[in-house]
Amino acid sequence: MSLALTHAKYHFLETVRVPIAVIGTMFFPAASMLFFVVPFAGSHSAAATYATGAMTVFATMSACLFQYGISVAEDRAQPWEPFTRTLPVGAAPRFIGRVINVGVMTLLALLPVLLIAALLTEATVSVPGLLLGAVALLVTAVPFSLLGLTVGYALPSRAALAVTQLLFFPMAFGGGLFFGGPDRMPSFLEHVAPFLPTRGAVELVWTATTDFSPEPTSLIALGVWTAATAGTAVWAFRRDQGRRFR
Amino acid sequence: MTVARAVNLTHRYGEQLALDRVNLDVERGQLVGLLGPNGAGKSTLLKLFTGGRFPTDGSVELFGFDPRRPTARRHIGVTPQETGLPETLRVGEVVDYVRAHFPEPADRDDLLDRFGLLGMRRKQTGALSGGQKRRLAVALAFVGRPKLVFLDEPTTGLDVEARRSLWDAIASFHAEGGTVVLTSHYLEEVEALAQRVVVIGEGRLLADGHVDEIKKRVGLTKVSYLGEQIKTESVVDSRRDRDRVVVYTSDPDQVIRELVTAGPDFRELAIEPASLEDAFLTLTNA
Repeated sequence: MSLALTHAKYHFLETVRVPIAVIGTMFFPAASMLFFVVPFAGSHSAAATYATGAMTVFATMSACLFQYGISVAEDRAQPWEPFTRTLPVGAAPRFIGRVINVGVMTLLALLPVLLIAALLTEATVSVPGLLLGAVALLVTAVPFSLLGLTVGYALPSRAALAVTQLLFFPMAFGGGLFFGGPDRMPSFLEHVAPFLPTRGAVELVWTATTDFSPEPTSLIALGVWTAATAGTAVWAFRRDQGRRFR
Repeated sequence: MTVARAVNLTHRYGEQLALDRVNLDVERGQLVGLLGPNGAGKSTLLKLFTGGRFPTDGSVELFGFDPRRPTARRHIGVTPQETGLPETLRVGEVVDYVRAHFPEPADRDDLLDRFGLLGMRRKQTGALSGGQKRRLAVALAFVGRPKLVFLDEPTTGLDVEARRSLWDAIASFHAEGGTVVLTSHYLEEVEALAQRVVVIGEGRLLADGHVDEIKKRVGLTKVSYLGEQIKTESVVDSRRDRDRVVVYTSDPDQVIRELVTAGPDFRELAIEPASLEDAFLTLTNA
């Protein structure tokens, strides 16, 4: 475990030494809160709570997708990574170290969202609701992390950046994260959204923090996405071990 | 005591055969030079010894254990081939990171001092010169007080002085009882350090012996001329390169005598030391 913390510490140092990467992770969810949620839903308690829930999913998804997708792809391109494999340490502490680092980055992305919601909007949540919401976010972080790992292990770093962006925006938009509450999504998205992991994720968070009742389709789809991305991540990881540069 | 062993070791990258049934035992206290042209399979062999790649066939052992087990790697030190240090980390941090993996690591500042890097401790590795990066990379192999180090082309890209001082560091580790396996494509480097030389070409082990013996086999002279081919005792290998006959020999004087006395007509005689690549070619064909 102490080796996992060592790896987490150096992953973290490497991340924060490029401050713009951290600011980028924190900026978009915070900016979306300030520009969309505060002026349009801020004064209405239920609407602000729904919109904040959507933004926490947005922040978690962006941190997980980008941190895993890009850091794994970049590390694979560096000769340093194969060197670390020669050290007397198994795969588990190295991987857990990475997970801890992404966890910290996700918290950093969530922090401004929650602060803005608490200080500048009428959003409300009970203490158990907040804790349940944290658990819901932890669950939803899994498929996005696995998707990021798939991209990171399957693609070279330039491609990983492009593909992550291509995945990221349509999923956020299609899942209705930019429209605040459950009833405000444009009707053409209603047929698509339940099949995207973002929809199941946001419904899970709303269920935890409000009196919302989720669509079974969305939750089943989230489960299917989790299983499928677990499969693709393992596939990409195994493929990477065997043949890297051809 | 055998510290590293390869038995019928074979490795494929997809269709490409990188190592073909290699057998090699490294005994404690030896300094072994792995010599071969680029792409011969030297680095692949090192990756298999250090747990970075898995055998397609055959087996590989470190101190009697599978190198994929982290504990088997506790007594080895490895140098990355390319200088790919994490750019944003400081020199001291990189050493501390590696130190965290070993039960009784070397003192950080002692180690940096030994490799002439103490003044660079607070610098990010991205700010180091090529030579400094190379020295740090080699220093990292010695962080865990290893019994066996694998150095993949340790002095590539260094100037003469820096190369000599690294050679000294490697030689003194060996003098204190350490075992060294190093790869190189310079015969000179292997000559300066190793007693035992293993020659690898196209994934196969071509020769394994004392440095003088190997030097005789790969330290060839290339004699070329326009004319007919000759075949005598002193010719190791001979072939035609367009109109010229190219002869590899360890005794060029004798080849010339034979050409003059018994041989056919010849013109435009040229004599030059064979490159290592040429020497490997003759070994591969033999």
